[in-house]
Amino acid sequence: MSGADLRDLYQQVIMDHNKKPRNFRDMADANHLAHGNNPLCGDTLVVYVKLNGDVIEDVSFQGSGCAISVASASLMTEALKGKTVAEADAIYQQMHEQMTGGEVDMATLGKLEVLGGVREFPARVKCATLSWHTMHSAMESDADGQVTTE
Amino acid sequence: MSGLDIQAIRKDFPILDQEIYGFPLAYLDNAATSQKPVQVIDAVADYYREDNANVHRGVHRLSQRATDAYEGARSKVRDFVSAQSDKEIVFVRGATEAINLVAHSFVRPMLHAGDEILISHMEHHANIVPWQMLCDQVGAKLVVIPMTEKGELDLTTFDDLLTSKTKIMAVGQVSNALGTINPVKMMTEKAHAKGIPVLIDGAQAVPHMPADVQDLDCDFYVFSGHKMFAPTGIGALYGKQAILEEMVPWQGGGDMILSVSFEKTLYNELPYKFEAGTPNISGAIGLGAAIDYMQSVGIAELAAYEHELLMYATAQVGGLEGLRIIGTSDQKASVLSFMIDGVHPHDVGTIFDQQGVAIRTGHHCAQPVMQFFGIPATARASFAFYNTMDEVDALVGAIQKVQELFA
Repeated sequence: MSGADLRDLYQQVIMDHNKKPRNFRDMADANHLAHGNNPLCGDTLVVYVKLNGDVIEDVSFQGSGCAISVASASLMTEALKGKTVAEADAIYQQMHEQMTGGEVDMATLGKLEVLGGVREFPARVKCATLSWHTMHSAMESDADGQVTTE
Repeated sequence: MSGLDIQAIRKDFPILDQEIYGFPLAYLDNAATSQKPVQVIDAVADYYREDNANVHRGVHRLSQRATDAYEGARSKVRDFVSAQSDKEIVFVRGATEAINLVAHSFVRPMLHAGDEILISHMEHHANIVPWQMLCDQVGAKLVVIPMTEKGELDLTTFDDLLTSKTKIMAVGQVSNALGTINPVKMMTEKAHAKGIPVLIDGAQAVPHMPADVQDLDCDFYVFSGHKMFAPTGIGALYGKQAILEEMVPWQGGGDMILSVSFEKTLYNELPYKFEAGTPNISGAIGLGAAIDYMQSVGIAELAAYEHELLMYATAQVGGLEGLRIIGTSDQKASVLSFMIDGVHPHDVGTIFDQQGVAIRTGHHCAQPVMQFFGIPATARASFAFYNTMDEVDALVGAIQKVQELFA
């Protein structure tokens, strides 16, 4: 029983993204960035976004964290690249619903569905959401990581 | 092997007898908080069932009994740490409050810009932040005794760190993150030779070894009850009587006064001067019961058995591939911090939990220790005398499960 539960959390896709995180790099020409940290577990990361008009031309991250946190950040960068700000916002909302047990739209979530298993491990939900909250702050900040008041 | 009857002891701790996800619970998070024996649970419940009343006030029978039980607990603490007088034992919420009390009432009135407070690199945040706050308030400097790769204090420059500006040295007897037992007696001697008062944080020491403030000769000794089988929210500050007499009160309120008028308040005598408000009566009684319990098991006996557990765990866990033990001093209490290659401690904690093995993962409120080793967190197993060799085997099995899953 416990083995199956753990496999729900540590799915193959998650293990793969943890081992080989995508878009795991600095971005010199980012025009938005934000620092995120979870003081409870010491996870820290930086999310870089390059917005071209209304489109997320590039998104990357750096930092250290557990498998759930790294995989979630990695999957996030894949999901958001090329999306408009409005589309990204819809995906962000769907991730939030998925983590809090609300109704989700699988079409919008796509591959991010693999993170759904985290819901059964309440102590780990914050690991999965850290990168998303950081991305959200990045969108509202400038290239120095200062969150703007607008 | 030790002479302790562990199976009989385990019957005193009802919480241990349960399954988690179909596995027997292996509670290896004792450095965070210990479990409580029925003797402690009953002492607290019996107090509320039979004796509950406020202390030091009423002339009625219940108040007398509550006062006797509360003051009886103080005497047990005095005996437990070998203090000379009950006046030297102040009940507090825990080690954290005790340190804040000393910072506020002893150090602050004599601390000036440019003065120094000496701590060590392996302190718990509770023995860092109160001093840092104080330093910020007056422009004093926090000086830190360095540590080595083995997780021991590096005392090569220690003599130079004790200066004419040092107003207090505050060090932990046992590191909560690493388990290292520090040579606090020798350090106290050296500090005293230069006239520097010493506070020893015994929070991680009292569950594992006799605490003897006469032998240590420290000026202050602090600990929390909940790490030594007593309830949460109770702890004690020991201070030498002559020093406590001179100190200003900590909080103002009822019970800490002799008389109050709008012109002037006369403070109560020791230790009540430092115990404003209705105290944690049931907690103190629970702490007294925990001391009775530890003494009935035998502190030397439990220490010897825990050492066997630690040696066995260190050999078993240390023998595994792809794993690094953090804190490898020869002088350790029963704490085993480790890193599994390529796996974040948080993932370790979740996978352990699924097998009934409860450990702590994180920075253990000792972030400077994590920074020293360049790691965000560790997985930490910590043992008490009710743990078994089988539970160490469960720990090893859980580590292998993690390695399997992350292979």
